[in-house]
Amino acid sequence: MNTAQLTGGKSDGTAAPRPAAGPTHQYLSFFLGGEEYATDILRVQEIKGWDTVTRVPYSPSYILGVINLRGAIVPVIDLRVRFALENAAFDSATVIIVVHVAGTRGERVVGIVVDAVSDVYSVSEDSIRPPPDVMGSVDHMFVTGLARLEEKLVIILDIERLVTSSILGDAKAAA
Amino acid sequence: MSIDLEMEEILKLFFEESFEGLDAMESGLLTLEDGADRETINTIFRAAHSIKGGAGTFGFMEISEFTHSVETLLDEMRNGMRTVTPDALQVLLQSVDVIREMIQSAQAKQPIVMIGANALSGELARVLAQKSPPAPAATAAAAEPARGAVASPGSASAPASGPAPVAAAAQTPRSESTASPAAGPLQGWVIVFTPDTTLFKTCNDPLRILAELQNLGRVEAVAHVERLPALADLDPTLCHLGWTLTLHGAVEQPRIAEVFDWVDASAKISYEPIYGAVSAAGTDTPQMVAAPVAVPRAATPSDLQASPAPAAKTSGESGSLRVATEKVDALINLVGELVITQSMLGRFAEKYEPGDLESLRRSLTQLTRNTRELQESVMQIRMLPIGFSFNRFPRLVHDLSRKLGKKVELKLTGENTELDKTVLEKIGDPLVHLVRNALDHGMEAPEIRLAAGKSDTGTLELNAYHEGGSIIIEVKDDGAGLNKQRILAKAKERGLIEADANLSDEHIYNLIFVAGFSTADTVSDVSGRGVGMDVVRRNINDLGGHVQIFSEQGKGSMIRIRLPLTLAILEGQVLRVGKEIYVASLVSIIETVQSTRDNLSCVAGRTELFRHRTDYLPVIRLHDLFGIEPDSRDIEHGLLVVLEADGRRVAMLVDELLAQQQVVIKSLETNFKQVPGLAGATIHGDGTVALILDVPGLIRTFLERQSTQIGRAA
Repeated sequence: MNTAQLTGGKSDGTAAPRPAAGPTHQYLSFFLGGEEYATDILRVQEIKGWDTVTRVPYSPSYILGVINLRGAIVPVIDLRVRFALENAAFDSATVIIVVHVAGTRGERVVGIVVDAVSDVYSVSEDSIRPPPDVMGSVDHMFVTGLARLEEKLVIILDIERLVTSSILGDAKAAA
Repeated sequence: MSIDLEMEEILKLFFEESFEGLDAMESGLLTLEDGADRETINTIFRAAHSIKGGAGTFGFMEISEFTHSVETLLDEMRNGMRTVTPDALQVLLQSVDVIREMIQSAQAKQPIVMIGANALSGELARVLAQKSPPAPAATAAAAEPARGAVASPGSASAPASGPAPVAAAAQTPRSESTASPAAGPLQGWVIVFTPDTTLFKTCNDPLRILAELQNLGRVEAVAHVERLPALADLDPTLCHLGWTLTLHGAVEQPRIAEVFDWVDASAKISYEPIYGAVSAAGTDTPQMVAAPVAVPRAATPSDLQASPAPAAKTSGESGSLRVATEKVDALINLVGELVITQSMLGRFAEKYEPGDLESLRRSLTQLTRNTRELQESVMQIRMLPIGFSFNRFPRLVHDLSRKLGKKVELKLTGENTELDKTVLEKIGDPLVHLVRNALDHGMEAPEIRLAAGKSDTGTLELNAYHEGGSIIIEVKDDGAGLNKQRILAKAKERGLIEADANLSDEHIYNLIFVAGFSTADTVSDVSGRGVGMDVVRRNINDLGGHVQIFSEQGKGSMIRIRLPLTLAILEGQVLRVGKEIYVASLVSIIETVQSTRDNLSCVAGRTELFRHRTDYLPVIRLHDLFGIEPDSRDIEHGLLVVLEADGRRVAMLVDELLAQQQVVIKSLETNFKQVPGLAGATIHGDGTVALILDVPGLIRTFLERQSTQIGRAA
């Protein structure tokens, strides 16, 4: 895992001219089925290794269950299943990114399973382009935008919306 | 912290204490019904006094004014100048309600509700105007001769704009002095201010007070230095000075009292008015007009603690908890011990020799004990005596029996039985319901009781005690009891049971819990309990509790509620289905049986029924319901756990029963959401999560599924 934080100059490969660059945010990127995705780093609480998950009945397949995070019961969402990616194997790089989002009663802490954590990028706001209408398996309502970094494309996810919809979503249909 | 926030905090405290004070007043007034006793009157008076003072300080003048009249009445009772009459008590009780209402509106930051106050102040004035012969043991009257005159109506309605107690005490001389023709215009006051030596410790600065007094008019101050010790003996943290202050100007006495508001508990203060026409300088003259009232306030800040016990009562809106200091001290001790044990254990990690095994074991045993004790102590913090819930019943029974024209004696036992704060808060309403029902439907009118050969006064008992890990609350009356025939007839009429059903007593009584069973025109004319009994049972079930009814016609009934002591910990039975581990509350498990195929029958090809003694119980296959792969689908290989909830019994098929243990309940909802059939989660010794079954919810889910399946099949 190369989670080492990189310096802020990463975004210079993009078309955005530096003087006009808007406020810069840091994003944590991770891999899902070969694609690189990113989330606002301020949403990330911690990254932890794979843990035993207790299955919860009446949950959709992408909710793997709940884990014990230092005494709190935290649900775990497998984003690979959520995005219907082919290969959702568990290996040594598979990690749970623990994020916090606004919940019905204050903060909600949720774990998301990804193939591997990649990098931390600083991206200026205006270098993020709106997502195209067709985004393959990822519903574009969960995508904040696309950022071109060092000649590669990173999909920035709206983690808040994604997590909230996954948790509250179609549990009934799956039951 | 900004001033506003601080003020909010203080206000919150004022409201909390006022409600406690009101409760204390109410219970005191109810005690007075059985005979006046000075101490009780004092307690009531102090509570009223604190509320008045506080309300004045925070600018709730309406409350302070109204409470003032109440206080005047109480004061006269306290001084033995007035006997305690049932009439006055009734008015005082109503006043408590009115004050509570006013404070509630103040708390909600709404304009203060004056309807009650306006309606009642006339009553109060009427009672105040009634001259009653002083009580025989009026020793107090002698102590305060200045109050010889019964308060005139003027003093009752005098605005208590000064929140200070001094203002209250000084009302009498003022009203007298205005009545006296000899008095000239008020020209000023001579104030003798002798603070206690500990004045500085209460963070009061006499200089500030003097400066404030100057705002009211010209002040001449003469310091008393008699108490000043020799310089060598001087303790600079003590206040040895006193002052005689002459204030010039026709200042209203309450306004002066306001200046001394903060120190009146820790100082001797006396006020003497100066009247111009008779003698401008003489200090003798005012004494002829109105005796100076020295107000040595015996009641110190302990006023605020006058309400008998700490309680996080009120409506449960506040998430705070007041804890007895001993409980916290016990905790600190335990944590200390835990730290010692931990360092003992830490030693083994540094250097371990095989011979240490014995002492390692010993340390571990100690750790286990520490942990258990710590857990118990932490639980203790949330425990409050059920008395807080029982307290409201004397009043309720008093009012209700009056209204219904029945004679009822209320007996409370086991008020000190402790239970979790959350449970305590939630059990209040169901209890009120049960008590109301017992009075309304259970208890007969005096004539009927006499005709039935019983004493005309009925007895209602509320009893609480611990049994195992539960608390039992019993509501028992010696009224008419439940009429089985009526209930049966009603149930048949409503189609709740088959016309030829042969039911046990328990079954029949349980019918009254059925929703909608007991609406207005049902069995209430004879006896049947009912309005909203389904709600009562649901509330109790939600708390993980259980209701049972015992009744004998003509002799009375008893409702027994069993509740877990706490909602944080559950006595659980760990069970396994396939690879999944679940925990079921031990209370809901009736028994566990190994089934044979003979005991099993199938209805309509789908619903499996298990014959358990005389009953046929539907079989819940937990693996089907939760979609798990079990060890075996064969009922003979598994175990059937007989569960009961909401008066329904089912048999649940599981693979294996594991340990019985106490588990800590964790919320699933905090980070996830509510899941049907699950009450929460807990964490095992190995750090993995196990889910806790919500038995009533499970049964509901199961029945719903069945009915939809049947619906689909049809």
